[in-house]
Amino acid sequence: MANKGWDEFEIGAMLRSFEGPIKDIATTHQEDRAYSGNNSFTASVADWRIEKPVFNKDYCIDCQFCWIYCPDISIISRDKKMIGVDMDHCKGCGICVEVCPTNPKSLLMYSEQTDEEQALAAWPAKDTSKADSKGEE
Amino acid sequence: MSEMKKIKNLKEFSTSADRFEGANLLCPGCAHSIIVREVLNATNDDLILSASTGCLEVCTAVYPYTSWDASWIHIGFENGSTAVAGAESMYKALKTKGRLKQPDRKPKFVSFAGDGASYDIGFQWISGCMERGHTMMHVVLDNEVYANTGGQRSSSTPIGSSATTSPAGRKSYGEKKNKKDMVSIMASHGIPYAAQVSPNKWKDMVKKIQHGLSVEGPSFINAISACTTEWKFDPKDTMAITDLATDSLVFPLYEIIDGHELNITYRPKNIVPVEEYLAAQGRFKHLFKDEYKYLIKEWQERVDAKWAQLQRREEARV
Repeated sequence: MANKGWDEFEIGAMLRSFEGPIKDIATTHQEDRAYSGNNSFTASVADWRIEKPVFNKDYCIDCQFCWIYCPDISIISRDKKMIGVDMDHCKGCGICVEVCPTNPKSLLMYSEQTDEEQALAAWPAKDTSKADSKGEE
Repeated sequence: MSEMKKIKNLKEFSTSADRFEGANLLCPGCAHSIIVREVLNATNDDLILSASTGCLEVCTAVYPYTSWDASWIHIGFENGSTAVAGAESMYKALKTKGRLKQPDRKPKFVSFAGDGASYDIGFQWISGCMERGHTMMHVVLDNEVYANTGGQRSSSTPIGSSATTSPAGRKSYGEKKNKKDMVSIMASHGIPYAAQVSPNKWKDMVKKIQHGLSVEGPSFINAISACTTEWKFDPKDTMAITDLATDSLVFPLYEIIDGHELNITYRPKNIVPVEEYLAAQGRFKHLFKDEYKYLIKEWQERVDAKWAQLQRREEARV
């Protein structure tokens, strides 16, 4: 159905999210789902980004704030651990960086062209200037 | 109340498999999808969903894509709630006749709508659903403006906000009418559950969603959805603005059970002045001119009065 033109599309037709039977979608993670070509998961909005988040797992405490507040389901968390960022669906809004409570932050925004290895190598050190303000609860 | 998914902390919550997909066309930093994710992840039951016309609908069903991994329907601007109510009635009828193929699976019926589709255009339809007592939930994604069509005022737009049909300028300070108190109106139907939620207080939100989904009868949820485009702030500040809204009590979090039992569910430790909430958004920029400064004072008085009223209602249980 994904390849049909607008005039071939039947009135009242349904867009199927999945190919084949899915027993319990609420307990099936994305990697185990058989997405159909009509699911927006198969599309990409990566070209919307001006800045991309880079994830440094050395400082991550798996608080999952970035997971809950990500509007684009782009923070991948499995087994209570934050694994990484889904770069096909991330629009680069930067909410994950804002809500990250660690010091230094374990997610930072870099321009789209920045090399990830370089960004990780030059990660900022712990900020001691405002030690007793936010994120120390 | 039926058995609900157990969510003790955020780590446990993060094991949920999302039923809402990325590469939808909502703006970067849009709070709509944060709210939708928190609602859908609050339950593992099957879902029957609808969305009324609005940002959420146009951005999640762009031909040939769908972003919904559950049954989802869109009909018109006004009747998202009644579409779901109809499905619920059919479910009940088939259940009574014993014609359900999987009678052990108990789907939840949820309709999503923006503030335009709830406060204005779909008002009568939602009122009908609440009055007829369908077991469904209506979630309002309240961004206080018709964001989908270019920022026209809705009856949820607060005083002083500059919208495209109530612009601020030399002669006007923008919107002149105050926001409609939708939660009280809906609670007055005597429905089992009505609540205000905010995506930044996820635990409070999940608790309320689960309460709403587990009661017999309709429930109404009003969720604040900060709009980066129309409220005019940087996409990364969505959660910061939402924090300001709840901490300044501009958007108090409370629930009303059976139309009379009001509980305040979030009391900020440090109440932030309303001025800070207004200053963070471009739509209130003009209020900081000398001639409109009095409006900020009025805002604070209005918010304080509402908070006092809520506390009195909580105490009196009326």
